[in-house]
Amino acid sequence: MDYDIIIGIETHVELDTHSKMFCTCSANGFGAEPNVHVCPTCAGMPGALPVINKRAVEFSMMLGVALNCSINQHTFWERKSYWYPDLPKGYQITQYQYPMCYDGYLEFDVRDLSGGWNEQSYRKRVRIRRAHLEEDTGKLTHAGRSSYVDYNRSGVPLLEIVTEPDIFNAHEAYAYLSALQDIVRYLGISTGDMEKGAMRCEPNMSLRPKGTDAFGTKVEIKNLNSLSAVRGAIAYEAKRQSAALDKGEKIRQVTLGWDDVRGVTVVQREKEDAHDYRYFPEPDLPPLDVSDAWLDEVRAQVPELPIAKQARYQSEFGLSAYDAVQLTNNKAVAEWFEKGISAGKDEGPVHPSSFILHPFAKRLANFIIGDLTRLMNASGTAINQIKIKPAQLLGLAKLVEAQTINSNTAKLVIEEMFNTGAEAQAIVQAKGLAQVSDSSVLEKTIGDVLAANPKEVENYLKGNEKLLQFLVGQTMKASKGKANPQMIQSLMKAALERRRL
Amino acid sequence: MLTSEQVNRVAHLARLALTEDEKQRYARQLSAILDYAEQLANVDVSHVPPTATVLPVRSVVREADVVNQLLTRDEVLKNAPRSDGESFEVAAAITESS
Repeated sequence: MDYDIIIGIETHVELDTHSKMFCTCSANGFGAEPNVHVCPTCAGMPGALPVINKRAVEFSMMLGVALNCSINQHTFWERKSYWYPDLPKGYQITQYQYPMCYDGYLEFDVRDLSGGWNEQSYRKRVRIRRAHLEEDTGKLTHAGRSSYVDYNRSGVPLLEIVTEPDIFNAHEAYAYLSALQDIVRYLGISTGDMEKGAMRCEPNMSLRPKGTDAFGTKVEIKNLNSLSAVRGAIAYEAKRQSAALDKGEKIRQVTLGWDDVRGVTVVQREKEDAHDYRYFPEPDLPPLDVSDAWLDEVRAQVPELPIAKQARYQSEFGLSAYDAVQLTNNKAVAEWFEKGISAGKDEGPVHPSSFILHPFAKRLANFIIGDLTRLMNASGTAINQIKIKPAQLLGLAKLVEAQTINSNTAKLVIEEMFNTGAEAQAIVQAKGLAQVSDSSVLEKTIGDVLAANPKEVENYLKGNEKLLQFLVGQTMKASKGKANPQMIQSLMKAALERRRL
Repeated sequence: MLTSEQVNRVAHLARLALTEDEKQRYARQLSAILDYAEQLANVDVSHVPPTATVLPVRSVVREADVVNQLLTRDEVLKNAPRSDGESFEVAAAITESS
């Protein structure tokens, strides 16, 4: 039978503040020795009082703005009570009735597996039910009859983002999370690193026969520490559950863990006893009011987001969708590209016949996506560490556009620029790389090549026209790659035709 | 009057072990408290905004996001009933948290 898969996702994002949500301990304890970032507040000692980290509140509002949410300007904190050793107070301070952000949506593109756009790709909108601010728990390590608790993570600001059940397959889940990850990184509010637990997601999913309305039994999947694990786990569960339903079996309401090594889900616990969290207003914290002025300040801090940038790069610079995505995946790369663009914004098209919205956008994009990315990857350098400045790459683009050098030479020049940080023009001059477009010089080289290859010339004149390319190649070689290839092509042809007469 | 089952449930949530006598006594006392609070149901609060506190204080925040480590690990672990010198040690916690 065919089934609809219905997925909602809860994502916990650790906010990248310096200090914790309610105390001044460091919030960056990943990889640190256990319990070195702990104080009476985040260890849950009686009498210790929490104080709200303003920056964490701002970060959560920034995400709300980016996700098109309404912001609760009057909210208060609540205690969610349960017993577990990773929660030293016996309750978690969280937002329940009035989440910081609610009723928003995230729009993103669902692409093929390599990130490319094809005829199956589409734009998708997932509604965001809420995003609320809370504190993270500690970490447990189990060994024999004891468990060991590390409270470094306890009290780190955590934003829980909950979608409506608007996601219908593993690819959409992957695309949603990858878009969310891009956004938190663009906003600079979280590293978004799933491998380090800075972004943790728990999809819940159910199946129902196509064409029916009632929701099936919901399972929750945990322990997903990469985007591909999310995709793998959902695809696996969809297959497992539809096979079970086909056989007439019932789906049990359970929490599943994903075993990345074996590529299977494993039951973690049956969800029989519903928790009784006994939420009630946190008496240790006064309510939080957000003034219009504060909210405006926060709005102003939200930068242009990837999907808006992509649209603008296409309409303003005439770039392809593919190029636009490549340039905007990483905010630092996008900013670098834009600096190059603005360095050349006052210049008109150099080439009168070329219809382009920005004279150098396409060449800049090609250099960044191609040669520059290759050089950065090979040397393990990030774009804000490289020696080339955006305006310098623009200089190279201009030399190619003006046909001072050809694109083969440009590859050599960009490598030299990458290694030394020198200007393109200086490298071209110092190494004598300028393209030869002087027809008298080219005519002489062509004459030499024709004289050196009498057999090929004869065969060409007898009708073997393929030999033209051979002779052009010989001329390029003789000019050490500096000849203008279009000119060689036409001059060579003319020279050969003259011999027919 | 609360049932003994309800008292058991509340006691379990607070991880309290109660004797039969205590259960009966707390059933009476808890019921009295609930009845007292129940009087609020007679008041029309339809025009009162949800109130989490009666104090006028609002939005007390830490302006600067600055780290200040108040205790060393040794000091923190002095409060641990058991520890291995690095972590708080507790009886094996087998079920997963939520």
